[in-house]
Amino acid sequence: MEITALYYLVPSLIMFCCGLYGFLTRRNMIAMLISLELMLNGVDLNFVIFNRFLFPGQMEGMIFTLFGIALAAAETALAIAIIINIFRWVNNIDIRELNQMKF
Amino acid sequence: MSPVIPVIILALPLFMFIFLGLCGSKMKHPVAGFLGTLGLGVVMVLSYYTAFTYFFSGAPEFISAAGERLQCVMFDQTWLQFTDTLYISLGFFLDPISAMMLVVITTVSFMVHLYSLGYMRDHHGVYEIGFQRFYAFLSLFTFSMLGLVVATNIFQMYIFWELVGVSSYLLIGFYYRKPSAVSASKKAFIVTRFADLGFLIGILILSFYTGTFDFTLLTSAPVEGMSGVYHVDINTAEGILSTFTSHPAPVFMGASVLTWALVLIFMGGMGKSAMMPLHIWLPDAMEGPTPVSALIHAATMVVAGVYLVARLFPLFLMEESALVIVTVVGALTAFYAAVVACTQIDIKRVLAFSTISQIAFMMVALGVARPEHHESLGYMASMFHLFTHAMFKALLFLGAGALIHAIGSNDYTAMHGLRKHMPITHWTFLIGCLAIAGIIPFSGFFSKDEILSACGSYSTLVYIWMSLVAGLTAFYMFRLYYLIFWWKEHEIPAGHHAPHDQPWTMSLPLIILAAISCVAGFIPFGKLVSWNGEPYDFMAHFDWGVASVSLAVAVAAIALATVMYRKENALPAKFKNALPNLWKWAHLRFYWDELYMFITHKIIFNGVCRALAWFDRHIIDGTMDAFAAITHKASDVIKPMQSGQVQMYTWLYVIGALLLGGITILCLM
Amino acid sequence: MDSVGSIILFVIVALSIVVFSILAVTTRKILRAATYLLFTLFATAVVYFMLDYQFLGAVQIAVYAGGIVVLFVFAILLTSHPGHNSEKLASKRRVLGLIASLAMLFIAGGSLLARCGALSVTKPDVATPDMNQIGTAMMGVGEGQYLLPFEAISVLLLACIIGGIVVARKR
Repeated sequence: MEITALYYLVPSLIMFCCGLYGFLTRRNMIAMLISLELMLNGVDLNFVIFNRFLFPGQMEGMIFTLFGIALAAAETALAIAIIINIFRWVNNIDIRELNQMKF
Repeated sequence: MSPVIPVIILALPLFMFIFLGLCGSKMKHPVAGFLGTLGLGVVMVLSYYTAFTYFFSGAPEFISAAGERLQCVMFDQTWLQFTDTLYISLGFFLDPISAMMLVVITTVSFMVHLYSLGYMRDHHGVYEIGFQRFYAFLSLFTFSMLGLVVATNIFQMYIFWELVGVSSYLLIGFYYRKPSAVSASKKAFIVTRFADLGFLIGILILSFYTGTFDFTLLTSAPVEGMSGVYHVDINTAEGILSTFTSHPAPVFMGASVLTWALVLIFMGGMGKSAMMPLHIWLPDAMEGPTPVSALIHAATMVVAGVYLVARLFPLFLMEESALVIVTVVGALTAFYAAVVACTQIDIKRVLAFSTISQIAFMMVALGVARPEHHESLGYMASMFHLFTHAMFKALLFLGAGALIHAIGSNDYTAMHGLRKHMPITHWTFLIGCLAIAGIIPFSGFFSKDEILSACGSYSTLVYIWMSLVAGLTAFYMFRLYYLIFWWKEHEIPAGHHAPHDQPWTMSLPLIILAAISCVAGFIPFGKLVSWNGEPYDFMAHFDWGVASVSLAVAVAAIALATVMYRKENALPAKFKNALPNLWKWAHLRFYWDELYMFITHKIIFNGVCRALAWFDRHIIDGTMDAFAAITHKASDVIKPMQSGQVQMYTWLYVIGALLLGGITILCLM
Repeated sequence: MDSVGSIILFVIVALSIVVFSILAVTTRKILRAATYLLFTLFATAVVYFMLDYQFLGAVQIAVYAGGIVVLFVFAILLTSHPGHNSEKLASKRRVLGLIASLAMLFIAGGSLLARCGALSVTKPDVATPDMNQIGTAMMGVGEGQYLLPFEAISVLLLACIIGGIVVARKR
């Protein structure tokens, strides 16, 4: 049995869809952020897989993933700073309560 | 002569304007004033040098072997080229009148710069607010005026013409916190702009038919005696002006196109030089600081109209009717302004109307100038009067400024009997009055006498009319003089110290200008400036009859003024009561302002503007309001979609993405 | 033909990715969610190793598992009480989310299957770039080299540090 690219892609797709589900349904902001990380990770995985299987010998996908990881780290740090700040102000991190930013 | 000096003459005032305008407020007041004065002093020296070189160096580019003065383009930078002859350029044009104007402008401007150092501060030495701005604007004005007189083409002249209008506007409205100054500046701007519309149309007509803006080409009209002066092939000149000389010449509404063009251009000159009926802005322009009135509204800018006609004089010669219009307008204005000046109370208004009257004198002189009468004596006389008038009128205005500075009021009723308190002002003012009245040997006598000679050789009616105006001039000037310095002794209110003469910065310009007014008449002006560059010896044609008549008229008028106003008496009141209506009409300037108000407010505003306003409010604004209302309603409807719930937005995004993905899949299958 | 060991490894890894992902988004204890996320990330790192990207796998473990998850744990401990369950999700909300993610799964999966032929390739037997090549690619300015993005990322990280400090400091 050969493990083709398709096999590798399926878990990454499922990971992405789980992230989507979590992002749409969870109300805790940190849980939403965790879902976001799942989605991002799925995408990273995709880059690497396509690079490895379809464009062997090149490194664009891998470099992109590297930068993606760095971006994810930055984004998480900032988001968590914001979340902690929000928590400090309203003592709550339920996304439904935070609806002040509208018209 | 290298073109460097002309470039500096133009560039230095511009630089001073930008420099003082940008950095002035960071400097100390005296530093800014001193820098402005210094810069102008340099420009004055260079202008003197240029004029001196032009008139006396005898260089071949300035004077021909036969002794004719030539026109010389020092430099000319083409800016917009349409055809070979139709182009707009920026240059420096030197001929007798522009050289003369260089001297006049820089002299008066320098005097005013110096004078303002003393004038623009109060008795305690505190400088006026905006002192640096004042000097920046003065530099701007000097730059624009110099650019105007040295214009090589009519379009450059138009550009600088507008620039002097702007600087005049800025300086009239210098005390912008005073509502009267603001409305005066607006009035000046609007009236002159209205006149400039005519000027522009005239320029366009002229350039359409001649295909050029260039003065050298335009003024090289195929009139006998001109061809040698202007370095222009007579065939080219005839080619350019052939439209006008051909038979039949193009005609529009019963008058030839050239007449239309010249009259419209003259309309611009009427606006700038405050000829009737566009004179209404000049008396109000006296709201500006007095040095400004001396510089702009007496000596330089207001004679731009005269200069314009003189510049295009060969063209005017081609069309006699245009010159007749110039004469008629000038003669009517001269008389009107002289009569009004007899009844004004505000001393600056008197001087303003006197300026209008004197400029009208110059216009008449140009209007009656013909080559067949004493070699266009009128042209030379007009320029001579421009020169002398600039000096003595600047003197009078600066003297009035000194009085206002000392007294703090513009009305002569607050002055009376100042001769002992302010001797320098008194004597210089007297010299100015004698000069403008035309008493020998002061400068005004010579120039006015030449104008009257020119009128006399043209038509007896104009001669008598202008002599009458000259008599009125002497009368109202001495009325003013006596009412300020004699009439009754000055009463000093308790707690005030007596009015006294001004600091040297103010006295020195007065003394210098008075000295010039004393001796300027002896300048052999005809040898320097004449219509075709050939020297004209006025003294050889001196008409003692005309001279003695004008002198007699002036002396009689002064005597009358002496009788009426030297000592406090009831005569003026008697005259006033004998002709109450005439006095009232003259005092209210024959209701010109009210007429304008009536036409604009009652007729134009009601008839035209109301309909336009209705259209604007209801149709145009209505359309825009409808757009706004629709947008507002629509935004109200879709506003709840922005709920502030992040997951809501994610939902919308995901649904969109899924739809797009689904559509893509379907298309790919 | 892959060895049986690698097939077994793949199955384990794929299953753990799927299971831990699902658990991470469905558990009601937030600290557990972070732990499941950690496992998912580890499994992803294993996939990188299986694909011969050792450097990437190392980065994944170091940055994601080592850095980000720790951040998460700290944030969770700062903002919630341990042992506290988040309230139960309304079923309507859950169903809607499920529908959306399943739709995504079907659409993406359908497109994957539609390209089944192109994707049915085995792992080519080509050497993956070694550290030396990666370093050159990161620091070079030539074609296929990434100094500019590298610098941009460093500036971004700096901005992020400053932003984090500004946002989180006590006033």
